Amino acid sequence: MRILIVEDDPVLRDGLQVGLQLSGLQPDAVSNCADAELALLANDFSAVVLDIMLPDGSGLDVLRAMRDRQDQTPVLLLTARDDIADRIAGLDQGADDYLGKPFDLDELAARLRALLRRGAGRATPVLAWRNITLDPATLEVRCAGAVLALTRREFSLLHYLMERPGQVCAKRAIEEALYGWQEGVESNTVEVHIHHLRAKLGSGVIETVRGLGYRLGSEP
Amino acid sequence: MRHSIRARLLLILLITTGVAWLSAAAWIYTNTQRQVEHVLDARLEESARMVSSLMSTDTVEAAMSAVASPDSLPAIERQSPYLRQLSCQIWSMSGKLVSQSEGAPDVPLALSGDGFSERSINGDSWRVFTVSNAERGVQVMVGDSVEVRRTLVFGVMQGTLLPMLALLPIAGLLIWFSVRRGLSPLDEMAATLANRAADDLQPVDTTRAPTELGPITSSINALLSRVASARARETTFTAFAAHELKTPLAGLKTQAQIALASQDSAIRDHALKQISSGVDRSARMVRQLLDLTAADAPGSVSQAAASIGSVVRDVVASLDHVAERRRVTTVCSGEETSAAIACDVTLAGIAIRNIVENAIAYTPEGGEVRVAITRASGVVSVVVDDDGPGMAAADLAHVGERFFRARDASSFGSGLGLSIAETVMTRCGGTLALTNRADGTGLSVRLTFPMSAA
Repeated sequence: MRILIVEDDPVLRDGLQVGLQLSGLQPDAVSNCADAELALLANDFSAVVLDIMLPDGSGLDVLRAMRDRQDQTPVLLLTARDDIADRIAGLDQGADDYLGKPFDLDELAARLRALLRRGAGRATPVLAWRNITLDPATLEVRCAGAVLALTRREFSLLHYLMERPGQVCAKRAIEEALYGWQEGVESNTVEVHIHHLRAKLGSGVIETVRGLGYRLGSEP
Repeated sequence: MRHSIRARLLLILLITTGVAWLSAAAWIYTNTQRQVEHVLDARLEESARMVSSLMSTDTVEAAMSAVASPDSLPAIERQSPYLRQLSCQIWSMSGKLVSQSEGAPDVPLALSGDGFSERSINGDSWRVFTVSNAERGVQVMVGDSVEVRRTLVFGVMQGTLLPMLALLPIAGLLIWFSVRRGLSPLDEMAATLANRAADDLQPVDTTRAPTELGPITSSINALLSRVASARARETTFTAFAAHELKTPLAGLKTQAQIALASQDSAIRDHALKQISSGVDRSARMVRQLLDLTAADAPGSVSQAAASIGSVVRDVVASLDHVAERRRVTTVCSGEETSAAIACDVTLAGIAIRNIVENAIAYTPEGGEVRVAITRASGVVSVVVDDDGPGMAAADLAHVGERFFRARDASSFGSGLGLSIAETVMTRCGGTLALTNRADGTGLSVRLTFPMSAA
């Protein structure tokens, strides 16, 4: 789940990046409106964490531009001014949620998970497919009741596939969802993670669709 | 005592109207008196000469006796005060009363010779014209009562003044209404202002106000716009301070939570380092907000003439550890200049420190910040050059706008330092100029202080 963080304070930006990574998300961070616009146009993010007061303008302008071009990506606003009028203005301009600074990192992660869930059209927090369950909140994966030990990437990859049961997911899209800009992607990394996941979950779970990508197995 | 324009106007108008009326009355009085005098004197003279000429004919005796008959005019006598106002006496040259009109006194009406004279007889004043008839050897005296003349003038005055007096209250009422009506724009403006909501700082509509209220409305509008801009600044400041103080707190909290939650010592160390630098940044921010308050604080700038050299030395020395940590060298030149500047020592220090601090922050590791003091006629300049990236032309235009931050300023706090410096410089009558260095990359900031007159 790639998240775009737009925050100008370097310490907070770093904290959000590290913290959201620990929550199993793939955050990318920018520090101003212009970079945010570019990042949003060039990439497909699952959610945006947007600061309102930015050096070159207001985060609300970024939000308005997004909604104007029919970008439905969920947006969580961060702001220091959390009076009611401010919150209402933010929500009415298309924000999906709102957090006043300073906030609790766990709460931010939980709210993001809720946004992502809603964005994917789900209400249930735990993803399930056949006998496999995946809990984005606890980062726990169970197969037939037994807890599996997955790396962060493996978890993210499985999460991505389980969000799209039966859909063929292109390798390019998976790479983009798994890695931020700063991380170089080896050409065969996705294959390596798939290989490891198959070893842990059993070989029938993830199918390779030749020339197209991967999907969760179609036949039970 | 409170002044009331309405009461003043009313009073002034009533007094001036009163004075005008009184002068008119006085003029009418004197004029009437003069006219009456003139007409009646002419009549006196004419009557005396008429009697005298009549006496030259033979019919006079009979005519005189007819006039003198007491029964000839009884009915009219009691009807009008203006009848029988003339008395006539004919005296022989030897001083014997030859003849007299009815009701005329027995003593001579005049003691002097020919012409006009006045005499008081038994309490009555008489105005008399005497003419001598040498041919007949008599003196003719015709007189009328001064009292009657007065009555005549008084009658005229009464006829003029009474309607005026009767009109006085009506005039007063009209004046009162006029004043009220004339001053209604004042009331309207007062009502408009009184009905305003406390946060309505829109200017008063000047198009409808009369020209006399122009200065007042424009003063009110100027005040309103000052209040509005002060309020806007306050709001901006509140938003800014909230952001600048709460954001580092959010960063600190997030990093602390990461440090607490992470098992990985590398992540934990990183988080702790971030906390430490976050605290430094917050401390600087708090200090800058206090600097800004100090630079903004109303009240007289203490003109304690500061010696520029020592101010710069102190600032650079206090920033040594910051420069060292960022591996930036600071080089001073001209710090032996002991010119006294016309600026408060503390404020000058605040301005210079914020500029040098920015320069250190934007200079890459191993770079150099040069602080040079130069003296010119009447001014002292402190020029701070850095090896940083300089500023985009578009950003240079916005510098000094409070709370403006250059796009890539995120690595080091806000652009508050520049607005602090600018506020101080404006206050002490100096200038702040920013240019990109011509000799390579980096920014050159020139602070020009006026020199102390002493």
